[in-house]
Amino acid sequence: MDWTFWLEWVLKGFVLCLVLLTGFAYLTYYERRALARMQNRIGPNRAGPQGLLQPIADAVKLFFKEELTPARAYKIVFFLAPIVTVVPSLIIAAVIPWGTSFQLFGRTITLYVADINVGVLYLMSIASIAVYGIVLAGWSSNNKYAMLGGMRSSAQMISYELALGLSFVTAILLANSMRMIDIVNAQSSWWFVVIQPVGALIFWIATLAEVNRAPFDMPEAEQELTAGYHAEYSGMKFALFFMAEYQKMIVICAILATLFFGGYLGPFVDKFWFLGPVYMFAKVFILLFFMIWVRATWPRIRYDRLMSFGWKVLVPLALAVVFITATGILLAQELNNQLYFWAIPFVSIVAAGIAVMMIYRELRRKAYERA
Amino acid sequence: MTVDLILFLILALVSVSTALGMLLSRNTVYSALFLVLNFVTVAVFYLLLGAPFIAMAQVTVYAGAIMVLFLFVIMLLGTEVLPASNILPWQKPLAGGLAAVLAVEAIYLLLVRARSVAQVTSPDVAINSMDNLREMGKVLFSTYLLPFEVTSILLLVAMVGAIVLTKKEKA
Amino acid sequence: MLLEYIAIAVMIAVATLIAFIAIGLGELLGPKKKSEAKSMPYESGMNPYGEGTRRMPVRFYLVAVLFILFDIEVVFFLPWAIVFRQLGIFGLIEMIIFIVILLVGYVYAWKKGALEWE
Repeated sequence: MDWTFWLEWVLKGFVLCLVLLTGFAYLTYYERRALARMQNRIGPNRAGPQGLLQPIADAVKLFFKEELTPARAYKIVFFLAPIVTVVPSLIIAAVIPWGTSFQLFGRTITLYVADINVGVLYLMSIASIAVYGIVLAGWSSNNKYAMLGGMRSSAQMISYELALGLSFVTAILLANSMRMIDIVNAQSSWWFVVIQPVGALIFWIATLAEVNRAPFDMPEAEQELTAGYHAEYSGMKFALFFMAEYQKMIVICAILATLFFGGYLGPFVDKFWFLGPVYMFAKVFILLFFMIWVRATWPRIRYDRLMSFGWKVLVPLALAVVFITATGILLAQELNNQLYFWAIPFVSIVAAGIAVMMIYRELRRKAYERA
Repeated sequence: MTVDLILFLILALVSVSTALGMLLSRNTVYSALFLVLNFVTVAVFYLLLGAPFIAMAQVTVYAGAIMVLFLFVIMLLGTEVLPASNILPWQKPLAGGLAAVLAVEAIYLLLVRARSVAQVTSPDVAINSMDNLREMGKVLFSTYLLPFEVTSILLLVAMVGAIVLTKKEKA
Repeated sequence: MLLEYIAIAVMIAVATLIAFIAIGLGELLGPKKKSEAKSMPYESGMNPYGEGTRRMPVRFYLVAVLFILFDIEVVFFLPWAIVFRQLGIFGLIEMIIFIVILLVGYVYAWKKGALEWE
């Protein structure tokens, strides 16, 4: 093994982390500007042209803030919790392909850190590790609010992880592979969102809950829990939690783009390699806008309803979607009739419609019982 | 010494020391965290053995799910810090004796039986290929079909057990 | 070869380093004026009383158990999802039997109100 390999890995890892960090900084700006526009405000526009230097000003401010550690906290875990939260949010991006490959000094540089055959399972395992940072932050603060916020947050994350895993399965079923590159290439004729729109929707809802975004930002319910699991954190340690949350948003949009929206694919991408990252960036940018839009539109959902929705609606619906997809593919294969394959989106939408109707009836019944 | 062996020895050291840390820590949350580290090193062992799927499943299921349950149970009981006094005085000598028996057994097996264990035949596929996973899937859903289906009954029993334990009967 | 995993290990190292540097810079640059009021647990300005960590409701335990069981199910789905084309209808039936047995438990949990968050 030669040293250029190591150089390539370190550089790639570093560049990817740097891209995510910059992405995080400008996502906060993007979110504030977009939210302001939706609420008929202007948003940050003083630091630099159009307020473009605002994220840098925020970062500098956070660097010069005091790092407080509560006297009763479990010090070591209190220190490690933000690190345990931020590292998974960075390394989960390692298997996402951002483009094809290009030649540099006579060697092929691929636009991903690692291409492993268990790519999708890697995403799942890193996502499941991400729970620890939050539980530990809540516990180590030795504060009632932080503890309750951490527990709520982690219970919510693990509940929605099931629907998330099952929507990964639908993408694997369609692509016939767990390798991220194969999943992208399998979408060269049709994006998977066309074949399995409900799978993409379940992924979207589950990940909103997974990153504690509105309308599932229960752990941060200010009125009940002050700030949730990071109530006791200040300065850079708080910034790391904040960073992890926004990096997760970016990574999740990148995963959604890869699994259901054709990844880096687009016109002429096989001719010019640099178009891959451009398409990927464009897709992530648009998907992020939807995340911000959701936050601007929907009020926070009550915690008991959030848990019921996850367990009673999303899990069965995701299971149904998995079996609808598998049956459609198998029938098309065995009977050699593509009609069955194209029945998948319609049957899935009908299943989702039934789920929505059942929620509606349940809510009506509850309102009737209360009256 | 090959790179593999050095890597193995380092990992073995980490896994043994995290296991010891788990046993000796007086704080149950630290114990749980040591166990998580231990599970992750075991996952790396699986990787070294050329089983990426098992390695990732180990992280997902053990480190990501079962240890979260352990942490929840610790917080449910509110017993983060164990009392310093030893409630069961006979426990330590008994555990030591049993550990010695286990160690003797392991060394005996290593010395006597190691050569007679049948060689496992593995399909000739690259570790990082989809064929590797496909072979595993085929074996799981044909040769080991019955254990697979029985697993679901095991899961069912666990689910019913947990509900019976925590839910009051409706009168 | 495990080259791809070494790449991931390198990235883990880089990410951890970045996190440590960030916290280190914060500790270095920030003011350090400790006071008793600052190091008290934050309870919205009230004087804190009692323990910070207390016993949590048993609900969390139940959610975690149910999560483990369904997580194992999802992990079993993954190898099936890449071989089900070869296994054909028989493989689909195998999986349906697996799921139906689990769904019995799911329906039981639903009826017992274990999926309810009171």
